[in-house]
Amino acid sequence: MNENYAVPAVALVVVATVFVGAFGLRISRTTSDFYVASRTVGPRLNAAAISGEYLSAASFLGIAGLVLVQGPDMLWYPVGYTAGYLVLLIFVAAPLRRSGAYTLPDFAEARLASQGMRRLAGAFVVGVGWLYLLPQLQGAGLTLNVLTGASKSLGGVIVAVVVVATVAAGGMRSITFVQAFQYWLKLTALLVPALFLVLAWQDDGAPRDAFDEPARFREHRVVRVDAGLDLKLDGPLTVTADGTVDGVRYEAERLRLPTGVHRIEEGTRLAFTKGDPVPVADRGGNGGMSTSLAEGREERPLYATYGLILATFLGTMGLPHVVVRFYTSPNGVAARRTTVVVLGLIGAFYLLPPVYGALGRLYAPELTLTGDADAAVLLLPDRVIGGLGGDLLGALVAGGAFAAFLSTASGLTMAVAGVLTQDVLPSRGVRHFRLGTVLAMIMPLAASMLVGGLPVADAVGLAFAVSASSFCPLLVLGIWWHRLTPPGAAAGMLVGGGSALLAVAATMAGFPGTGALHALLAWPALWSVPLGFLTMVLVSLATPRRVPAGTAAILARFHLPEELAQGQVRTEVKA
Amino acid sequence: MPHDPTDRRVVVTGPPRRTRPLNRYRPRTEIDEQTTLGHTYVRSLMRSQLRAALTVFAVLILLVGPLPLVFTVMGDSSSLEWIVLGFCIYPPLVLLARWYVRRADRNEKDFVRLVEDR
Repeated sequence: MNENYAVPAVALVVVATVFVGAFGLRISRTTSDFYVASRTVGPRLNAAAISGEYLSAASFLGIAGLVLVQGPDMLWYPVGYTAGYLVLLIFVAAPLRRSGAYTLPDFAEARLASQGMRRLAGAFVVGVGWLYLLPQLQGAGLTLNVLTGASKSLGGVIVAVVVVATVAAGGMRSITFVQAFQYWLKLTALLVPALFLVLAWQDDGAPRDAFDEPARFREHRVVRVDAGLDLKLDGPLTVTADGTVDGVRYEAERLRLPTGVHRIEEGTRLAFTKGDPVPVADRGGNGGMSTSLAEGREERPLYATYGLILATFLGTMGLPHVVVRFYTSPNGVAARRTTVVVLGLIGAFYLLPPVYGALGRLYAPELTLTGDADAAVLLLPDRVIGGLGGDLLGALVAGGAFAAFLSTASGLTMAVAGVLTQDVLPSRGVRHFRLGTVLAMIMPLAASMLVGGLPVADAVGLAFAVSASSFCPLLVLGIWWHRLTPPGAAAGMLVGGGSALLAVAATMAGFPGTGALHALLAWPALWSVPLGFLTMVLVSLATPRRVPAGTAAILARFHLPEELAQGQVRTEVKA
Repeated sequence: MPHDPTDRRVVVTGPPRRTRPLNRYRPRTEIDEQTTLGHTYVRSLMRSQLRAALTVFAVLILLVGPLPLVFTVMGDSSSLEWIVLGFCIYPPLVLLARWYVRRADRNEKDFVRLVEDR
């Protein structure tokens, strides 16, 4: 990878982001502009902004890496990220806009007339937001590390500083422009190199073995293992080793490894011949973005797949940065139309990462061993095309990856900072919002430096699981069910979201569970979502006297078209 | 605001008064004043919207739910999996969304027509 082109590309994206943000700042004149862009953002601009915000590091790098390592099962991630918007559209979009609330805590307070619910929802927003910010910063660190060899935390620091500066300076209006700009940047950055890659693949005689299972080496290839790892073999394999394997030192010797797990020490070179299956690096050791939960997935593939589907389908609606966007639509009908455009935009984007994953299996299968599978998108242009063209395309991809970190991190920071400003800091107002922005970013930045090596796509999947088991029941029942009570909502969020959060924490802490227990903890959505819904319904039914007095009027406001609701407001004023 | 009294009289006592009774039934008023009947109207709108949402949700489940099972049962299905998950599943999602939005907008327009008695 030639850093002479990649570094300027990343710098250009950062500067362009700041510039577009400053352009927004100039027209962001009122407080309303600052927070919700005065609710005048049209469906197309808003849809591009929502998509730009949504397509994160996990989408840009993680999916291709996962597909490269684990095959087509991982395509459920992008499908789930897209279908989540369909579920959001049909159950939540228009009523949420009409509720007139700005954040999820606002919604909880308006619907249930309870300060306690407001604080609980705020706590979950901050938790999910931080959980989701962490992988963005780490992904940025990995990208810069792959591109330039810089320290793994530097990229995270750069993203944190740029995001805090843009968000604190310009607020929502400028963010809308920045996000819309970044959607198109990200699409271009994946689309153009993908076209060239596919052409190069055609030129190569269009080999189809990318779709074989497992992936195989297409040519003689020497792999240098940078960090010690455990190699898992499904069948015997003959390699030429130069280094230490299973504690025995070899000097360019051919050896036959039997089925099972083998320890490869740091610095070992393994030479594979054409047609060898690509072995899988075992969990632990290198902690790459795409490898960690592999074990649980192999043991319970069907359970894990359904857990993933449920978490992503239902979790999207509760992501704090997604929800805030809906308040910038002028009305409920526009909110619905916006969501359809979003579905089209992110669906179009998600056609591309699988292309990189498939070509990665073909041309860079050894990435599964080096633990840098997430770098596949960054490395492929150089690997497949090479020369000046490869360098330039690689630079374009690197710029797009940084756009991905910047945009998702901005949206999350905006949402978390909104909660911190309104519910934690002593007074509201733009100045405190700026302080909140800094606070929102400092925690995950510190965590990303301390924890290190948290797998990106998995961390994102876990954030989805927590969101699906806490906010999904709150939103769906809050919008469609008359008998929801504050105690019921609180109990449901605590039991559903809390248990998912505990399972997530146990998995991340490396809880040693194996087999069924490990799978249950690593993919909590399948049990924690029904648990959340059930608790919310049962406790609400058990406390029928606590149904808030204004429930009927509030539900009317959620569901009535604006032209009728305005009539309602007028009558209230007269009375 | 000062009004010309003659202007007002013309508006209020104009021809419509003769053709429609004074206590003409207006669902809109029921909703505005939040009577039980008004709530029934709102609930009817909610029910029709929820029905549209659940229809789409059911189609989504039928479309997506069996896929992992099919892929597992078929065993050697990885090229099918690439084609379906990598490409074929996205157009139906967008079509479902478009159908829902059209249906929901129509539900709302019908409702407005009903309560405004147009």
